[in-house]
Amino acid sequence: MSTLVLRSEWTKLRSVRSTMWTLIATAVTMLAFGILLPLAVANSSNPAESGLNGTDLSLTGLGLAALTIAALGVLTISGEYRTGSIRTSFLAVPGRVNMLAGKAVVFTVVSLVVTTAAAFLSFFAGQLVLDGTGLETTLGAPGVVRTVVGAGLYLTASGLLGLVLGALIRHTPGAIVSAIALILVLPQISALLPGQWGETVRTYLTSNAGQQIALLETRPGMLEPWAGLGVYLLWIAVIGIVAAVLLHRRDA
Amino acid sequence: MTAITATNLTKRYGATVAVQDLTFEVLPGRVTGFLGPNGAGKSTTMRMILGLDRPTSGSVKIDGRSYAELRRPLNKIGALLDAKAVHGGRTAHNHLLALAQSNGISAKRVTEVLDIVGLTEVAGRRIGGFSLGMGQRLGIAAAMLGDPEILIFDEPVNGLDPEGILWVRTFMRKLAAEGRTVFVSSHLMSEMAQTADHLIVIGKGQLIADAEVGEFIGLSSQGYVRVGSPQLSQLAPLLGGEAVLHGDHLRVTGVTAAEVGETAARAGLVLHELTFVQPTLEAAYMELTKGSVEYEAVAA
Ligand SMILES: Nc1ncnc2c1ncn2[C@@H]1O[C@H](COP(=O)(O)OP(=O)(O)OP(=O)(O)O)[C@@H](O)[C@H]1O
Ligand SMILES: [Mg+2]
Repeated sequence: MSTLVLRSEWTKLRSVRSTMWTLIATAVTMLAFGILLPLAVANSSNPAESGLNGTDLSLTGLGLAALTIAALGVLTISGEYRTGSIRTSFLAVPGRVNMLAGKAVVFTVVSLVVTTAAAFLSFFAGQLVLDGTGLETTLGAPGVVRTVVGAGLYLTASGLLGLVLGALIRHTPGAIVSAIALILVLPQISALLPGQWGETVRTYLTSNAGQQIALLETRPGMLEPWAGLGVYLLWIAVIGIVAAVLLHRRDA
Repeated sequence: MTAITATNLTKRYGATVAVQDLTFEVLPGRVTGFLGPNGAGKSTTMRMILGLDRPTSGSVKIDGRSYAELRRPLNKIGALLDAKAVHGGRTAHNHLLALAQSNGISAKRVTEVLDIVGLTEVAGRRIGGFSLGMGQRLGIAAAMLGDPEILIFDEPVNGLDPEGILWVRTFMRKLAAEGRTVFVSSHLMSEMAQTADHLIVIGKGQLIADAEVGEFIGLSSQGYVRVGSPQLSQLAPLLGGEAVLHGDHLRVTGVTAAEVGETAARAGLVLHELTFVQPTLEAAYMELTKGSVEYEAVAA
């Protein structure tokens, strides 16, 4: 992949409004939950006894924000299929897999910057609200930086999941529904699976694994934070490889 | 030197044979019209030339190389396939800029091509609000970005008003005069008759004719002899061939004008008119593609 492709993909990404709006929606979701949940807890009786922690409270927007950033990931490529402009793109860059890689790199950089900033903002806003409740914390406390940075990583990975699904499915609604299924629905439903087998599926299923990096108090019985992120990225890589192979083979 | 060479090009979509065993060459310095009725396989052929669709068998090369082998292809070949296939949310300038950047073409060239097609004033406007003609011009601007030697246009005047059609036609002639290869499709002969130097005609995915515009009429048998006479009813049965009464004269096919004249002289009949009428390009085209029209109108 050349820097030419990266520059072109950056121009494409920044020159449509939906990019701006979905990025803003992601940041606003993080920030809104990061203020509202701490506010609710601060106003409850005896917040210090709630068993909650200030870091995770300020990052509760993750669940929803993962979906908005995934939608942006989907649109980055499905938008080109919808309009038919994908053909013009392939005329300019016949190495289709190169183009997909270029999109992924540009998306990753933009998303990392925005989601990491949003995560830190939410964290600080949350701590301001929690001030005096005994739940407030600082970046210096153990695991906090990993969690806040992890929120940006988890969100960006979710966006990439959307992007590879968009490349695979090529159809906006289909890809968005798949992203919601993979990020939200299936991981939750997996809680109902019985036995040892069910537990394994639950542990390794997409966001159950991926979200660990963005939780200060990781969920018991689940993967370690970095291992969890690794598994999430593996999902994305596998879908991405299938998408790349099909991209290469299919008629545009 | 040939610009585009298709060899036994075939494309099937499931059970549909879109293009079948097509072999042709497109040469530089002239406008080559690619003609065929709706569904003949013109767009499919163009997509294969441009590496968008993969041939089921056969191959197509651009200066001896496949499209995928071209480095920074926009500098070699420019194409307008579907002017509506753009992201309406982008401005004309950004649309072209993204394309230019991917092929290492300068932002200055973007301004230049916008100027060439007369879109400078709307460069900052979102494409979604463009008229059909403006969209077509933008597509042509995109094709011109890399100042390519080869240009491919799929039905570039579809839906344009007469002024737009004239502009596109003049533009294509100018490109060919500059020595470039211009390959342009249409399903209307009337359009190509005024633009193309050479015609490649296909029907149902197969090659029907590959000839200079001047030679093209000769490929058709559809000329007729127009005969005027005050004694038509006596003359008609004497003529070989097929005679059909049209108003106050006969249209005779299958015999030459000389034969008609001699027959009349032998019978002592008076002739007021005796003319061989050449078929028009349009008529020649209709005759050649007869039977290969995908969806024929059925007379009620
Ligand atoms: N992606 C596709 N899937 C299935 N069939 C297709 C596809 N593309 C084209 N066809 C079929 O292939 C045939 C040739 O179509 P094509 O679009 O190449 O014709 P055309 O000559 O460009 O026609 P028109 O003048 O209407 O643009 C048609 O029967 C069409 O239905
Ligand atoms: Mg067509």
